[in-house]
Amino acid sequence: MANLQFDLVSPERRLAQVQATEVRIPGADGDLTAMANHAPTITTLRPGVLTVVHGGGSDTYVVSGGFAEITATGVSVLAERALPQAEVTQEVFDAMVEEAKAVHRKAQDNFKNEPGPVDDAAKLLSDMVAIGGHIGLTAKT
Amino acid sequence: MPSLKDLKNRIESVKSTRKITKAMQMVAAAKLRRAQDAAEASRPYTERFNAVMAGLAASVGGSDTAPKLLSGTGSDQVQLLIVMTAERGLCGGFNGNIAKLAKTHAQKLLAEGKTVKIVTVGKKGRDAMKRDFGSLFVGHVDLTDVKRVSYADAQGIAKDVLGRFDAEEFDVATIFFARFENVVTQHPTAQQIIPAKFEQVEDADATLYDYEPGEEEILADLLPRGVATAIFSALLENAASEQGARMSAMDNATRNAGEMIDKLTIEFNRSRQAVITNELIEIISGAEAL
Repeated sequence: MANLQFDLVSPERRLAQVQATEVRIPGADGDLTAMANHAPTITTLRPGVLTVVHGGGSDTYVVSGGFAEITATGVSVLAERALPQAEVTQEVFDAMVEEAKAVHRKAQDNFKNEPGPVDDAAKLLSDMVAIGGHIGLTAKT
Repeated sequence: MPSLKDLKNRIESVKSTRKITKAMQMVAAAKLRRAQDAAEASRPYTERFNAVMAGLAASVGGSDTAPKLLSGTGSDQVQLLIVMTAERGLCGGFNGNIAKLAKTHAQKLLAEGKTVKIVTVGKKGRDAMKRDFGSLFVGHVDLTDVKRVSYADAQGIAKDVLGRFDAEEFDVATIFFARFENVVTQHPTAQQIIPAKFEQVEDADATLYDYEPGEEEILADLLPRGVATAIFSALLENAASEQGARMSAMDNATRNAGEMIDKLTIEFNRSRQAVITNELIEIISGAEAL
């Protein structure tokens, strides 16, 4: 089976660089799976769980937004912030949800009559909370 | 002629200065390695990011609906200069060079009749610019408590800058920092970040990408991040340059202190010998007089 080169980089470090068979990406318009010979695509990410399947099993990462560049031979994910799932403890997750909540509150205060930014922030928050469901953590209400 | 006691004190004091500069040099060397690693680690992200942005900008750039962050406000009347320097001194010409470049730039713009606004990052640059351009300061970012620059710091600065842009406080933003080349050379650099400029890739068979969502939405989402990314890499370059500059400055200081100690020691020995000779002459001439 054909492999593709998977790179996961955040501004501060390179998190992963492996030969993968399949990468599941939380795209802004919905999840997508990239395999070898995928049509070249650039998509933005929503906060979510990214899964890489490679010869030795699969790795999961929590990403908080960014974008992905998919070509026939490789996938590069440029995440604003990315953490291996193992590093996302309850505290880290709570902090992330809290951050999203703060953004939401701020949007509500700043844009009282414009639904656009508030909806975006609400989406961000619900995406953030949904991550918890995927990795077995619950957000504090 | 200084007395023996004075010379001895001077030698002691120069010796302890040498110890301090030597220690600072070693600390700077260790920090430099870390700063270089950090700069290296951020490079893949920046490179990819710019490549994607350049492609996007090329395909959307010409249209009227292109975001303002890319196409500009149609004017260059109000210029924002973001001067990034270190929080600490004792690093040779590092802070001075950046401030000098920013000053020349500001003077040129003022001579052209433009309005200049200045945001300083780092205490030293602020002090250096204060006397001539103090009235043009609109903001300051203090990174004294930051041990290691993180992306979050860059995002904070970017947020501030983008807020000002949205409030139409300026048309063009330029950052000033020192690009790290090696331990002895750091180049003070001016880089325009708003409107964003990307090197055009002259690649005839560039891959045609599908964009999800549309090209313009992606661009609108990525441009603010581009500002943060540019600031982040400038901060990292600056951190490495600062330590490099400090290392060579302290190396020079250590060497100078060593030379000074040698000189003073010779002087000390000479005057001690002179004192001894004097005493001998006195004793001999005293004995002869008897």
